Amino acid sequence: MNRFVSAALAVAATAAFAGGAQAQTGLLAQVKSRGQLICGVGPGLAGFGIPDAQGNWSGLDVDLCRAISAAVFNDPAKVKFIPLSSKDRFTALQSGEVDLLSRNTTWTMSRDTSLGLNFAGVNYYDGQGFMVRKKLGIDSALKLAGASVCTQQGTTTELNLADFFRANKLKYEVVAFASADETIKAYESGRCDAFTTDASGLYAERLKLGVPTDHIVLPEIISKEPLGPVVRHGDDTWLDIVKWTHFAMLNAEELGVTKTNLDEMLKSENPEIKRLLGTEGKFGEAVGLSNDWVVRIVKHVGNYGESFERNVGANSLLKIARGQNALWTKGGLQYAPPIR
Amino acid sequence: MTTIPTEPVQPGKASLLYDPKIRGYVYQLALLAVVGFLIYSAASNAIENLRAQKIASGFGFWHNAAGFDVNQKLIPFSASGSTYGQAFWVGLLNTLLVASIGIVLATFLGFFVGVARLSSNWILAKIAMVYVEVIRNLPLLLQLFFWYNAVLKPLPNPRQSIELPAGILLNNRGLYLPDPQLEPGGSLIVLTFLLGLVGAITFRYWARKQQEATGKQYPVGWIALGLVVVLPFFVYLLMGRPITFIYPELAGFNLRGGIQIFPEFVALLVGLTTYTAAFIAEVVRAGILAVSKGQSEAAHALGLRPGATLKLVVIPQAMRVIIPPLTSNYLNLTKNSSLAVAIGYPDLVQVFTGTVLNQTGQAVEVVAITMAVYLTISLVTSLFMNIYNKRMALVER
Repeated sequence: MNRFVSAALAVAATAAFAGGAQAQTGLLAQVKSRGQLICGVGPGLAGFGIPDAQGNWSGLDVDLCRAISAAVFNDPAKVKFIPLSSKDRFTALQSGEVDLLSRNTTWTMSRDTSLGLNFAGVNYYDGQGFMVRKKLGIDSALKLAGASVCTQQGTTTELNLADFFRANKLKYEVVAFASADETIKAYESGRCDAFTTDASGLYAERLKLGVPTDHIVLPEIISKEPLGPVVRHGDDTWLDIVKWTHFAMLNAEELGVTKTNLDEMLKSENPEIKRLLGTEGKFGEAVGLSNDWVVRIVKHVGNYGESFERNVGANSLLKIARGQNALWTKGGLQYAPPIR
Repeated sequence: MTTIPTEPVQPGKASLLYDPKIRGYVYQLALLAVVGFLIYSAASNAIENLRAQKIASGFGFWHNAAGFDVNQKLIPFSASGSTYGQAFWVGLLNTLLVASIGIVLATFLGFFVGVARLSSNWILAKIAMVYVEVIRNLPLLLQLFFWYNAVLKPLPNPRQSIELPAGILLNNRGLYLPDPQLEPGGSLIVLTFLLGLVGAITFRYWARKQQEATGKQYPVGWIALGLVVVLPFFVYLLMGRPITFIYPELAGFNLRGGIQIFPEFVALLVGLTTYTAAFIAEVVRAGILAVSKGQSEAAHALGLRPGATLKLVVIPQAMRVIIPPLTSNYLNLTKNSSLAVAIGYPDLVQVFTGTVLNQTGQAVEVVAITMAVYLTISLVTSLFMNIYNKRMALVER
């Protein structure tokens, strides 16, 4: 009996006081002692986060995880990728199953304020669009009156879709699926006339279709979808690390620091480059990293532009133009605060 | 020598500590306290952690605007103005719809297959056996994918709908039935039908009493058919056919008008029904085999035909064995309906723990509500089945 009571009390104590311990040591220290970063990524969206036949993950969102791993461990491979569906992603992050979420997640006010999460920036500016079969012969989303539309549930897409048809006073039928794969399969089999998700996703999912050229993306972009990495509330250092890893990749591109010219750049006399690469100042230490953190990121992953072209741009199957995602100096929206 | 009379020591009076009754209470109370403390600390820990992480908590979201749409809804629901609370009811009703229809169909199919397995007709018995063994041994999720993808999706698009008799159309957006509209006088038909139904039930009750009292049998089936079907039909003709139908027709991408039965619903219903029926068939078979052979032999000796033997002698006795496991199968069917999420049928789990949970981010509350709902549905089902079981139980004299 006594043994039972003490065991029960131990369980109760663990239940009551668990969580307290977690808040005391920062996430960075935990990641370091674990020797691995745990990153929540998409379950398979070409260009953003997808595993190949050997289980190696690649993509724009995956590169951010690799960049953080490179900054912390000087090794881009110390990441454990956890594929998460749209439906499960926030719960997984809230409950501490992943250290950060880097998977096509739209930054909205309610997500930023009521989910106990913080968005750490925007690594891809996107907007929602529609894909239809060419043979339907329509050229505008406004001609979708009465159509059946397939979408993935638990997304801003689901809400924008309702907004768009409501605002334009059009009738439609929504068919919502839990996973992206089921959604595109249902569209392909003819259950729906149109498939909707973020424009980048449309191009990526189109590659999965039997004959991609039979389908067109309609010109309307019906929403703003700033996609970015997300972390939990309460650990500002960790938020800084994720935020500045993204900014570092942008600053590297802006200053022309690439994987190939990194060694020359280390000898550069340009004070901005010197601060970026840690040959001047102690900016890395301020966030608990080493001063050569950006060198590690660029060496292993590259700058933002390199990552973009490799995963979704000209050097990929997707061939998405930089557009809004060009640097601000080139007419785009990607703008990083300076390192100084 | 005098002896000092020693009174026998009463064990209870000596020390409360050694009273087994009191000790029992103390242990019970201690256990209760530990369990209560565990629940309390888990709940308060959860609340505190949610607060510390600034995650919204509480049930205030119930009245917030939902902002999404659902295709199959039994109550009005739209993105403009409906709340998360209404989304909950939409999902719950869809769950109850598929579960209740599924339970009825699975019971009929299960009884038929169960009896067929014991049939003396060799082919029928073997077909029933193959059905049970195949369906019972494949995962339900796989079967749902099969019904949804392999059977329903190859149907033509709305422009090439398959035309079935009576204006029914079938395509990959679902089954479209003509929508009956009541003209003036049409309500009389509905009234006649309802009266006929009440009449048929009353007559059946009366006929049974008569049979118990006098042994005289009445053709209950024919009279019920007359009251429920033929009589309303006469009224229909008499009133000058006051029911018209709106037939589904092609308009734009989809069919317009008519009643649309969604393919997701059909796939889920067919999947759940066939799967559960296989289990019910085995339960029924076990129940029938549990009735001793002497019973049917005695019935045959009395001159009852095989059908009557089954209906009047075997099944009533088998029911006592069948009902408890049948209840579990009903509960399983209801709980399995949550697999709807895989094929896009908007049931409670899909709408509420799917979309609502994700849009509000309040996992703890949403999941707790959903669990409470399934628990309630299951307990209510059990309650009714237990009442039925009591009525069917052997009355011992």
